[in-house]
Amino acid sequence: MTETLKHTALVDEHKALGAKLVPFAGYAMPVRYTSDKAEHAAVRTGCGLFDVSHMGEVFVEGPQALDCVQRLVSNDVAALAPGQALYTGMLTEQGTFIDDLIVYRWADDAFLICTNAGNRDKDTAHIQRVASDFGDGVTVRDEGDDWVQIAVQGPKAEAVCARVLGEDLSGVDAFSFRLLAHDGAEVIAARTGYTGEDGFELYTKNAHGPALWRALLGSDVCAVTPCGLGARDTLRLEAGMCLYGNDIDDTCDPYEAGLAFTVKLDKGVDFIGRAALVEKKARGVTRRLRGLRIDGKRIPRAGYDVNSTEGAAIGRVTSGTLAPHLDVPVAMAYLDKAFTKPGTTVAVDVRGQAVPAEVVKLPFYRRAKT
Amino acid sequence: MSDNVPDNLRYTADHEWVKADGDSYVVGITDHAQAELGDVVFLELPDVGTELKKDVPFGVVESVKAVSDLIAPVNAEVVEVNADLVDSPETVNSSPYGDAWMIKIKPSNPGDIDALMDAAAYKDHLASGS
Repeated sequence: MTETLKHTALVDEHKALGAKLVPFAGYAMPVRYTSDKAEHAAVRTGCGLFDVSHMGEVFVEGPQALDCVQRLVSNDVAALAPGQALYTGMLTEQGTFIDDLIVYRWADDAFLICTNAGNRDKDTAHIQRVASDFGDGVTVRDEGDDWVQIAVQGPKAEAVCARVLGEDLSGVDAFSFRLLAHDGAEVIAARTGYTGEDGFELYTKNAHGPALWRALLGSDVCAVTPCGLGARDTLRLEAGMCLYGNDIDDTCDPYEAGLAFTVKLDKGVDFIGRAALVEKKARGVTRRLRGLRIDGKRIPRAGYDVNSTEGAAIGRVTSGTLAPHLDVPVAMAYLDKAFTKPGTTVAVDVRGQAVPAEVVKLPFYRRAKT
Repeated sequence: MSDNVPDNLRYTADHEWVKADGDSYVVGITDHAQAELGDVVFLELPDVGTELKKDVPFGVVESVKAVSDLIAPVNAEVVEVNADLVDSPETVNSSPYGDAWMIKIKPSNPGDIDALMDAAAYKDHLASGS
């Protein structure tokens, strides 16, 4: 099988830094530059830099853009002022996940939707189909190939971004963004991320991507560590954040996934999936996504069965790793409701061995608020 | 990427190395294998006396990212295990051909070792992308 992998505009930077590139969602992406653990630690204690240009950017604009996006997602984007963003599911009629997204309100009648890389084509087709119900009132533009997206994450991220962009960013709240410039090029600076740390995600057009990457990496504020998808995965897992394709997909709903906060049944719009969620809510969930902390050194991996201590099948691991910062093997798993109480002991089937684990609430790691 | 492939070792397609040590042989994983895995965080090795069967898993090496079986290079008996390595699995990344040796074996038929790849053949194997 020979599949031609796409490259982000930063691929030459990664090669020069000695990154190991692996196929991910159709792109050749850096999985690590030096060590997953070292890159993980850099984000928890200093500042790490991620190329996340493979993610999708879809612009939804026009006089009926708000109505269209409200129909598309379960969260309430009408509550956003221009310059604010939120996390939400985009659901099927059955109330299950097509994708999880960040929606940025650009202007009263313009939104930027950031999609998962692996779902770009599916999402864009879905958004276009729904937008077509609004005729000329909405235009949809897939600009996924046009933008570089750099995640700058860690306790020093604000200082690094402030220095490079020449702006005081202390007034940019979480899930807010500003339109700024770097060396004459437009940069969207959003206080969002996928690591459990403070930080920014910077969007700029491809042509300026390498210059912005180099400026961030060379910042004199502190050491800035380029980080790969390996560290990105352990950071988000430690922080209890779902990964589409692992922890959520079109077989599970926001209630099961612990994402009820993204569902606004009373927002006044009959969003896609709402009717199904009203029913699900009334019925109650039969399983729930929970954290598992392993007693011992063996590492639970996605797909491993979870059993009761008596050996009855009660669930399945969706993501698992050694949590580098906590130095404990952890997992996310869907568990039958009777076993979701924190403190419950269950057993993960690690290649035939029953390994005891404690059920815990997510996240595993929460950063100290400053 | 340039992987370190010492000339004096024998290699398997599963990225393990075998080195003569008196009348027994030492087994570990290659520099290429440790680089592919990333930070190694857990190892499971067999007990002394275990009978290994060629191409059958005899242990496990886990990194932050992945789990991988250790595959027996030949039919053999385990005569020594590197117990220190289990307590410091990160040594696999820093010294794959040295301190991170995993087991010592006595092959059922020492001639089987000669059938393994030499350094040149293993380099070709790596270049072919497997």
